[in-house]
Amino acid sequence: MRPGSTSSACAAVIRRDLTLIWRRRGDALNPILFALMVIALFPLALGPEPEQLRRIAAGVVFVALLLAGLLALDTLFRSDYEDGSLEQLVLSPHPLSLLLGCKVAVHWLTTALPLIAVAPLLGELLHLPGDVRGVLVLALLLATPLLSLIGAVCVALTVGMHRSGMLLALLVLPLYVPVLIFGAGACNAAQTGLPFLAPLLWLAAALVLALVLAPLACAAALRISLS
Amino acid sequence: MNALTLWFHKTGSPPTFYRIAGVLVPWCYGIGLVLGLVGLYGGLVAAPRDYQQGDAYRIIFVHVPCAWMGLFAYFFMAANAFVALVWRIKLSEILAMASAPIGAAFTFITLVTGSLWGKPMWGTWWTWDARLTSELVLLFLYLGVMGLYAAIEDRRQAARAAGFLALIGIVNLPIVHFSVNWWNTLHQGSTVRLIGPSKIDPAMIWPLLTMALATHVWFFGSVLARTRTGLLELDAGKDWVRRIALAEGARRD
Repeated sequence: MRPGSTSSACAAVIRRDLTLIWRRRGDALNPILFALMVIALFPLALGPEPEQLRRIAAGVVFVALLLAGLLALDTLFRSDYEDGSLEQLVLSPHPLSLLLGCKVAVHWLTTALPLIAVAPLLGELLHLPGDVRGVLVLALLLATPLLSLIGAVCVALTVGMHRSGMLLALLVLPLYVPVLIFGAGACNAAQTGLPFLAPLLWLAAALVLALVLAPLACAAALRISLS
Repeated sequence: MNALTLWFHKTGSPPTFYRIAGVLVPWCYGIGLVLGLVGLYGGLVAAPRDYQQGDAYRIIFVHVPCAWMGLFAYFFMAANAFVALVWRIKLSEILAMASAPIGAAFTFITLVTGSLWGKPMWGTWWTWDARLTSELVLLFLYLGVMGLYAAIEDRRQAARAAGFLALIGIVNLPIVHFSVNWWNTLHQGSTVRLIGPSKIDPAMIWPLLTMALATHVWFFGSVLARTRTGLLELDAGKDWVRRIALAEGARRD
């Protein structure tokens, strides 16, 4: 049998993943609910004073979305590994990195993008100033794909394990540190009236680099853990 | 096969390496111990008091060599992981995984001595300063590598996966260092430099360098000792291990 073209294989992967997620569309709400609950915990713990909440709002939203993304990472390869389709992807004649890049893109579209959409609302709950809202959304748009790409490499390393949740957090969080610093840093700079363009540009540069390298690293990691 | 490749393959084979390492380990420990004692004498007794920090600065003779070793051990681990992934050399896998706990220990000592030093000088055990934070991230990277290595059943696959993580970490290390520097900085700059004059008195620098040498030698002794155990474990069913085990058993009887 002759294999189809690479672009049609990528399209098939995207269509399949989107269909699978659409069939279980109730699950898509879970990260949003998680982020909302984390946000709700902060006023309960720190007290409801708007001044105090306003100061930490951007950072807390960033951390809440980062944690929600971390929990969602586990679903990236889990079901594919269990039903064996991940091995079929590895065996396919098409470049594995490209297929995995498509999977990560779908995962980002369905888990991170809804989170970014509700981020202004989450900010409002913590009295985030209105003029920072745009910077927050922009920083998240640059940071979350980066988080997904870095996370995908670590998920690929832990793919065969049964209880990998805590270990995954241990692997992923040190790698998330620079992204968090630049993303939340841009918001904090905007809030105090400082120039915020530089950290955003750094995030964009890192994203470009990760878009090229992370799928390759992800493919290499997956080959190691499936060998 | 030329002489160099032949030598390389011979030394890299587990039985030969096990034997050579067995000879080297006591020497490394011995030289490390002597150098360490000399360096500690030089640092704690011979070196003059600091005009500003008094005797409290003397913890530098433990703190700084350990900080260097924390980084050095990471580079050593990553270099071995690279060799292991590219050329599939079993010995490099074990060397890389043997250096992870030692490097983590050095990093941990750096953090502890740093906070002991920070209390009298800065008035606080911990502060979210750039160097402290990147050292903490380094410790987390070590713990991630060790955790991944421990979590996978198959030892060789575990070593490859953890080695891959170590390589990702080494790409990340300069980024972390740079980003936290940009974020917040309180720690003093480097006083000892390879190029150009150091900003430290000669009476203080020789014990520091002696201690650095001592920790390096000790590190290699420790890595080799761990690697010997790792080789025995990995080759447990092989003939050369059985011979060693039988000889050991005969010696005990």
